[in-house]
Amino acid sequence: MESILNFISSNQQIIYIVILMIFVGIEVIGHVPSVLHTPLMSGANAIHGVVIIGAIIVMGKAETDNYLALGLGFLAVILGTLNVVGGFVVTDRMLEMFKKKKAS
Amino acid sequence: MELNLLTICYLIASVTFILGLKMLSNPVSARRGNLVAAFGMTVAIFATIFLYEDNGEKLHNYVWIFAGLIIGTIAGTLAAKKVKMTAMPEMVSLFNGMGGACAALISAAEFYHIYELHKDSPATAFAELATVGHYITIVAGAIIGTISYTGSIIAWGKLNGRIKDYSFNGQHIVNMFVLVLVIVAAVWAYQSTLGNILIPFMLIGFFALIYGVLFVMPIGGADMPVVISLLNSFTGVAAACGGFLYDNKAMLTGGILVGAAGTLLTILMCKAMNRSLTNVLIGSFGGGNKTTAVEGAAGPQGNYKEISLADAAMVMAYANRVMIVPGYGLAVAQAQHTCHELEKILEEKGVEVQYAIHPVAGRMPGHMNVLLAEADVSYDKLLEMETANDVFKTTDVVLILGANDVVNPAAKNDAQSPIYGMPILEVEQAKTVIVNKRSMKPGYAGIENDLFFQPKTSMLFGDAKKVLQDLCTEIKAV
Repeated sequence: MESILNFISSNQQIIYIVILMIFVGIEVIGHVPSVLHTPLMSGANAIHGVVIIGAIIVMGKAETDNYLALGLGFLAVILGTLNVVGGFVVTDRMLEMFKKKKAS
Repeated sequence: MELNLLTICYLIASVTFILGLKMLSNPVSARRGNLVAAFGMTVAIFATIFLYEDNGEKLHNYVWIFAGLIIGTIAGTLAAKKVKMTAMPEMVSLFNGMGGACAALISAAEFYHIYELHKDSPATAFAELATVGHYITIVAGAIIGTISYTGSIIAWGKLNGRIKDYSFNGQHIVNMFVLVLVIVAAVWAYQSTLGNILIPFMLIGFFALIYGVLFVMPIGGADMPVVISLLNSFTGVAAACGGFLYDNKAMLTGGILVGAAGTLLTILMCKAMNRSLTNVLIGSFGGGNKTTAVEGAAGPQGNYKEISLADAAMVMAYANRVMIVPGYGLAVAQAQHTCHELEKILEEKGVEVQYAIHPVAGRMPGHMNVLLAEADVSYDKLLEMETANDVFKTTDVVLILGANDVVNPAAKNDAQSPIYGMPILEVEQAKTVIVNKRSMKPGYAGIENDLFFQPKTSMLFGDAKKVLQDLCTEIKAV
């Protein structure tokens, strides 16, 4: 019990961020029309690709002769980049069509 | 100084993520929103590479990092550019799986890092090295990321037809059991000494992999967009665990934001299909097997009448207003371009042509809009359901292209029907209804459609693209 309380008080900043972000996340997409569900899902998919930052940190901290850590990090960087780049490009392709429609 | 700069970069990234999501939920600003978020992401990535310091030490292994970034960028761009419009959801699922795997690998690497630091004293319990909070973030990232990874791969396989729906009796109990095993392994690993920790840690990953597969396996292929959205929010949470681990605000905000927005989006998607999330996850009609058996036994009621191409062409050419109702059949046949051509030919004859778009026509929300947009169909010809329902009364001919459940009157009339209560396109208000289908087989809900047996309805069997091409030729000749 005490360890939980300690955990909360020593991480209170993060906990505040988490709670506020939950509300922001819900609030921000609250009124999305159903037409945009798929692109929005895809865009959100690209945003959670921010996990790539963790992969870069793992990679950059690894000792140069620790091949297991390097291998794990390297794979993580590739996968993370795929997620980010692929995600944004696919979303852009979907939305490109919406834009064209609007203009005509 | 540089660390302050890094903080500011992360702040910029977090704000662009929020702004990006906000803009993405409005059709006018959606595309810019995507670019805004992408910009923030780029800032965050390069700031991390060049500015991040760990105990006053810069990151190294730049060659590896850039090699990974370049490989990922090239592969990601190619894959995203090449994929066909109809295969978009699969692609999203695959990318989501990559993100999940990335989060899991980070946790594994972090775990290994702790192990490596203390491996000289194998008798130390892991519990002494990491606090509960720290351990939970590592393990949660690993578990959630792994589930998201295998789940997304299965969802991807189901959408492109490589993997069939598979369920057995008591599957939900088995699933629960596997999930419990995951947690047991996690607790076991925490209690273990460093000397024997590898086995329980491997088990966590192993059971999580299996759970991901079992979780998605019984859910019907048609419900995959909802599942992908859910897994999407899982990956968001896994990314946030990474943010917790490194006290990295950009990862934390990005991850939680997607976690929350993804969950809400999942619920919204379910609502658009008038299903509850539990219903989808347990797969009551998405799986379709049971309902097909029950309803199929009843057999088709009554007689339907067929219409010849020439007659159909005639009716449409002399109509004042034709409403096209596209559905999954149109998507499968890739007939959107031919459909647009038919629209142009009819308009030359002075017929007013519009499209009635049901929010869940096709297999994902917005599917039809994207398809028809690809074929350059003008935006203002696409009517949303409510508007279309008002216009049907003054419509002469409704041409249904491979849609079924979204026009099934049972959703209004038959309280026993599994789709009862789902909002539908009320096509029966129009003077004539022409239904193009490949056969009399039911749609994905697996139920009969009374509409097909009504006197004003006539059937035009065949592949949507072929039929549309023939219709174009016939109408030109009228």
